[in-house]
Amino acid sequence: MFVGIIWTAALLALIFSFFKNRGKTASSLRVSLKFLRSMALPTLLIIWTIGFVLALLPTEVISRTIGREAGFLGVALAAVVGSIVLIQAFIAFPLAGSLLREGANVSAVAAFVTTLVMVGIVTLPLEAKCFGKKFAFWRNFLSFLFALMIALIMGAVLK
Amino acid sequence: MKKVPKALFFLIGLLVAHLLLAFFYPLRAREILLTSKTYLLEMLSILPPILILVGLFEVWVPKSVITRLLGVASGWKGIAVAILTGTAAMGPLYVAFPIGVSLLNKGASLFNVAIFLCVWAAIKIPMVLFEIKFLGAEFALLRLALTVPAILLIAALLNTFRLNTSRIQ
Repeated sequence: MFVGIIWTAALLALIFSFFKNRGKTASSLRVSLKFLRSMALPTLLIIWTIGFVLALLPTEVISRTIGREAGFLGVALAAVVGSIVLIQAFIAFPLAGSLLREGANVSAVAAFVTTLVMVGIVTLPLEAKCFGKKFAFWRNFLSFLFALMIALIMGAVLK
Repeated sequence: MKKVPKALFFLIGLLVAHLLLAFFYPLRAREILLTSKTYLLEMLSILPPILILVGLFEVWVPKSVITRLLGVASGWKGIAVAILTGTAAMGPLYVAFPIGVSLLNKGASLFNVAIFLCVWAAIKIPMVLFEIKFLGAEFALLRLALTVPAILLIAALLNTFRLNTSRIQ
């Protein structure tokens, strides 16, 4: 659905731009190509790496890790797993929901979900390429720390 | 040009690892390819139109508009714009990277771009609805309420230390 909308929007905008000003449209496509060139190889590597990570850390292993380990170690482990793997929300939330119903630690589930969306170790090289190494490292590192805090607060509130 | 060899080494490393795996655990190797294929298709379906839009954005949208909306002097309005654009989006975080670069080129402040990136990653409206459905309203809304200030703090810290060093020009 979303994919259809974004393609339609992009193509309509491109056609509109073409009729308005061909020179500008050509240079806009050059900008697109410039981004494509600098992103293509890192993105390909990311996609391949995701394949490896998910083969080595299949969802059963993830749910076992988050469901079993207790205490702060369990929360930290869940946060680490969430930082490494890259799963789409429509798989991750049902998984997290079933863990919660099976009695997994609220903090661990919160840590997993929060780092899953905010921290991306696999996409770090691409982020570093776009915004610099320092920015990419610190954005992810700070997100990790805040995810731990959020998780601990949630564990305390939702007993 | 310095970056290319490193990425190539990585590529060769993955290739070697994959070949070894294919030799000893052919099923696992196949699984990796199938997973990667799913993500490759996702990327191919989202990235090209986003890059077209980024290109058009760079050419057509005047720098003054973005500076006014998201620049250093944009204040609370800038934060609101960054949050709204981030939540309205969909797709994986790496799609937001070229958009963020483009916004920086157009005069958006690092603070607001950091907010935009984090919000894109963490708080998309459909994702929140999905979370409410599977994890319960209490869980999802509390997490949301804690994530918003966390994002503002992260962005403020990143901005204070001026941490962006290089970007695609």
